Amino acid sequence: MMKFIKLLFRNQLAAVGAVILSIIVFLALITPFLPLQDPGATDLPNKFLPPFTEGHFLGTDHLGRDMLSRLFWGTRMSLWVGFVAAMIAATVGSAIGITSGYFGGRVDNIFMRFVDMLMAFPYILLAMAIVAALGPGLNNALIAVAVVNIPFFARNIRGITVGLAQREFVDAAKLAGMGHTRIILFELLPNVLPVIVIAMSTTIGWMILETAGLSFLGLGSQPPQADLGSMLGDARDDLFTDPHPSVIVGIAIFLIVMSINLLGDGVRDALDPRLRSGALSRPLPSTMVDRGGDIPTPTEDLLAIQNLETQFHVGNRIYRAVNDVTLTVKPGECLGVIGESGSGKSVTALSVMGLVASPPGVITGGAVRYEGNDLIGAPYEKLRQMRGDKVSYIFQDPLSTLHPLYRIGDQLAEAIQSHHPVSNAEARKRAIKLLKDVRIPNAESRIRNYPHEMSGGMRQRVGIAMALANEPEVIIADEPTTALDVTVQAQILALLDDLRRDRGLAIIFITHDFGVVAQLCDRVAVMYAGRIVEQGLTDEVLAHPAHPYTKRLIACVPELGEGRRVLAAIPGLPPIVSDLPPGCAFAPRCDKARPECSQGDIALEGAGSQTVRCLYPEEDIK
Amino acid sequence: MGAYILKRLLSAIPVILGITIIVFLIIELIPGDPATAILGAYATPENVERINRDLGLDKPMVARYFIWLGNMLQGDFGRSFSLNRPVLDEISDRFSATLILAGVSFVLCSIFGILAGVISAARQYGFADKAITFVVLIGISIPSFFLGMMLQLFFAVQHRMLPVSGMKMIYGGGDLPDILWHLILPATALAAVATGVIARLSRSAMLEVLRQDYIRTARAKGVNERRVIYGHALRSAMVSIIPILGIQAGFVISGAVYIEYVFEWPGLGRMLVNAILKRDILLVEGGVVVVASCYVLFNIMVDVIQSLIDPRIKT
Amino acid sequence: MSVALKIDNLSKTFPIKGGLFSKSHPGVRAVHPTTLEVQTGETLGIVGESGCGKSTFARMLVGLLEPSTGVIEIEGKPFDNANPAEFGKMIQYMFQDPVSSLNPRKTIRQIMEAPLKLLYKMPKAEREKRIAEIFDSVNLRHEFLDRYPHEFSGGQAQRIGVARALAASPRIIILDEPVSALDVSVQAQVLNLLADLKTEFKLTYLFISHDLAVVEAVSDRIAVLYFGSVVEVGKAESIFAAPKHPYTKLLADSAPVVGRPLTAPEQKDTELPDPLNPPQGCAFAKRCPRATEKCSAEIPTLTQMGEDQFAACFHPLEG
Repeated sequence: MMKFIKLLFRNQLAAVGAVILSIIVFLALITPFLPLQDPGATDLPNKFLPPFTEGHFLGTDHLGRDMLSRLFWGTRMSLWVGFVAAMIAATVGSAIGITSGYFGGRVDNIFMRFVDMLMAFPYILLAMAIVAALGPGLNNALIAVAVVNIPFFARNIRGITVGLAQREFVDAAKLAGMGHTRIILFELLPNVLPVIVIAMSTTIGWMILETAGLSFLGLGSQPPQADLGSMLGDARDDLFTDPHPSVIVGIAIFLIVMSINLLGDGVRDALDPRLRSGALSRPLPSTMVDRGGDIPTPTEDLLAIQNLETQFHVGNRIYRAVNDVTLTVKPGECLGVIGESGSGKSVTALSVMGLVASPPGVITGGAVRYEGNDLIGAPYEKLRQMRGDKVSYIFQDPLSTLHPLYRIGDQLAEAIQSHHPVSNAEARKRAIKLLKDVRIPNAESRIRNYPHEMSGGMRQRVGIAMALANEPEVIIADEPTTALDVTVQAQILALLDDLRRDRGLAIIFITHDFGVVAQLCDRVAVMYAGRIVEQGLTDEVLAHPAHPYTKRLIACVPELGEGRRVLAAIPGLPPIVSDLPPGCAFAPRCDKARPECSQGDIALEGAGSQTVRCLYPEEDIK
Repeated sequence: MGAYILKRLLSAIPVILGITIIVFLIIELIPGDPATAILGAYATPENVERINRDLGLDKPMVARYFIWLGNMLQGDFGRSFSLNRPVLDEISDRFSATLILAGVSFVLCSIFGILAGVISAARQYGFADKAITFVVLIGISIPSFFLGMMLQLFFAVQHRMLPVSGMKMIYGGGDLPDILWHLILPATALAAVATGVIARLSRSAMLEVLRQDYIRTARAKGVNERRVIYGHALRSAMVSIIPILGIQAGFVISGAVYIEYVFEWPGLGRMLVNAILKRDILLVEGGVVVVASCYVLFNIMVDVIQSLIDPRIKT
Repeated sequence: MSVALKIDNLSKTFPIKGGLFSKSHPGVRAVHPTTLEVQTGETLGIVGESGCGKSTFARMLVGLLEPSTGVIEIEGKPFDNANPAEFGKMIQYMFQDPVSSLNPRKTIRQIMEAPLKLLYKMPKAEREKRIAEIFDSVNLRHEFLDRYPHEFSGGQAQRIGVARALAASPRIIILDEPVSALDVSVQAQVLNLLADLKTEFKLTYLFISHDLAVVEAVSDRIAVLYFGSVVEVGKAESIFAAPKHPYTKLLADSAPVVGRPLTAPEQKDTELPDPLNPPQGCAFAKRCPRATEKCSAEIPTLTQMGEDQFAACFHPLEG
């Protein structure tokens, strides 16, 4: 709760809204005890007194009634009506939504048909039909506004519940012997409650506005009862001669609704876990760069990552995702980068072309050189021209990485036309050729497909075709087969291998699978907690791992054909990169660790092709 | 495509039937003898006898519904007792006024709302974003009827730049420029709120889309940023913006009731308010059924447009 | 040895709602009629690729999904109504996603208590004792009980999942991809724990996974699923070494293995059949290098081929 309030008030606008609203609500609550004049006492000789008149701070209305007093009582009435309407709509709507979403099937069908019917009305017509039947009056207006808002809650809550009901914890609850009522009340409701609160906080202002509107039209509160809407409606008759009552009441409604909206936005931001971390910020066209320290000197390599440091700045925490990583790749070579989740392998890959989402990502040091030219800190346009033309990417999940609304032929053509001014017909021809290159049958008709019309394996072939579109020198493949079935994976890997041999491509292959590395890569770099802990020729590293982590990780991987057995495990967990221990990050899990392992940086050392970051390596490296 | 439109149109039939049932049931809620309830102050013996005959009020509820529905299908919405003319005549006279007001406002709020939302998202946390967010906040918090009144006061009364109210000049008016001239203030007041809502939702739709993996793919293949935002991202965002437009159309129609009342615009909204105050139930029924049915048809159009943009919708 | 689980002719067909104008569709058959027996104390591995129906199969076994046909017998007792509360005491389910399977708004204690309270009506003091025992068996610290799920790593959350399944004192546990969301170094921790618990509590496991090597490492017998049918069953040590069904061979050849050169294994087509228009004969026929006309006309049934090995194929592999 305290966390919620803290989060809420971090949003300054929400804090302003909360303050204004609390003042208004407080005044409305104590109105009966304030020394106000009788709001109904007419005094015709003194009608339309302007504000700041003696005895009438806000002046008087068309019947000479004190505006200040009427404003207080009217506000009290409007707030109350809006609040009650919101409660009714939220309770009934949420009950419908949660029942409908949990049970699904026929119950869902009947409830949702009914809700659809209600939503088929422009909402005020339904409200007016209800008022027409029940007769004008504030209570009837309240009922009408509550009813027309039920569909909003029902739909919202149903959507959330459907998602939750498919979650495995609901199945687990059933297996623990819970009945439907218990699941709805104790498993689902606590999870839905924040959404109900969000929906209420964002609609209560709207409902106050709506009831005021009905009263304004004369369909809500009837004299002598007065809410802000009917006061505005009365004042409107004399708008052109004596506008001040209209203006005062209008501003009051505006202030109430605005403060509720501000607070509502704040509540939503504080309760919605996705918004909480500021995740809904748009990633910039390229990763932010804020390099301290020296920039490494150019090398001759095709692509060189030099002492790269990439961090994520979230709130006050700094996650050192990539820490002093140096890698190079030669034409025709396949370099594997292997590591577990959170090891920084993907961030390293994305940093090359400035594709790390930013905010929160920042490249804080090192260089990435393509043929000697530094890409980090290069102007955006230069980087854009290199992207996809010299260095291209293949990503993990081809369903989410292809644009769902463009035909794959158009997506391929766009990749070409972003770098080469060719005609549409020519681009189309090349797109077909590319699909044939990645062995997609019926390429001529396939280019008219949308991604959702293809299987996972076919989509990933399209992803590869797109990476090949401009005949790049380097392809960075970020776990390209992780989302695929094993029979499909084998084909994609074989395809990639053929392509690189035929075309002399350099590939940086990011994976967590030693089997894949062994089959595909010439060299391999092992990453742990943002650093490279070992690097060398694949055969070398697999046969004689020098770092204890590499050695034990290889031992963990079950391999087909070894039969039933006890598997090796590494106790403990990888460190969180916002809180790295000094020295070797693996030391806390390492059975060879000695005190000096946790003191100061350990260099990546070795002679020849194999290097290791360890004081007591498993093998003597020649 | 044709088959899809036909399918959607057919699916509208049960919805419109549902609307008539709901309206019928709501009117049935009126306590007391239906004839006197419907007629209210106009319950003269001749009228009671006439309505009993027209609506079969002596018959059971289900039979009454079908008589009422049958009459409506034949274009007979009954007779407005307060205006002493057939309901349908009154509705058709006023239909175009509402259509002009709501239509123009809807076009305005769609264009400006989406534009503001997209710019706001593209320049997140920049000056334009903050300015737009601020204006939008005011827009969605101000009651449209109050905004209308203030526009009248400032532009029409104090500065005499634009007409205070009405749809055309009483003498010699009624041509297109005249109507547009009268339309400026009410359309602005009506569009303001919806523009704010559309802008907000478009902004978050854009931000959501810009975080997707396929935007990263587009950038990775070297597509320039303008095309990333106004091509790839906007196209996907439209998939969630278009249904919002459908819902906002309902809000524009609803808002038109207030604006017609404030600006004395001779449309259906104003007619409905008067009808309720005079308890002219048949006129209310007719107006609600006609407007709601139009809204249903409009939403079908929205669905069809949606299916043109999103190939994942099975047509 | 006694039979822990017996299923006879179990199948599941999901109905498809026909539109107003379309012909009614017979529905999608996610699991074709299947007959299997699992011995007490055995681990039966079930492997298959995405869309092979392995999760549907598992959900039927714990009563979360009503079978379209067939009978489930647990230790000789038939369970014919899909009532998870009744199944819960005999058979439990351990979920794939460690995070999604724990209610984010409940403490671990509340999660652990539910089966004891509802299935066994255990009084509070006894519950405390039982939970403490289970937590000791799965090597979890007792102070974890008052924390919320988001405070745990995937491996820890998966241990909590094991603990919850154990709390119901089931005879059988279905492990649905229990380690596929975990990193390799943590994966073995959970697998080894599961092996220890099996001996300690004399459990029977059904281990579902797409990872052949993992399944092979933990199972006694393995069933291979393709397109909703069991195409081959056999001993873990022999089924991948000497597969009879061409699909099993394809799976075994596709798994990346250190030291094996990279070649795409022989197959004609890579696409799965369309579940809306299932093929008439063997579902694998279109991809199968050995397929003949007979294969696309008739559905092969499981037949014994060698000791303890069964395959559904007209042209099984030799050896």
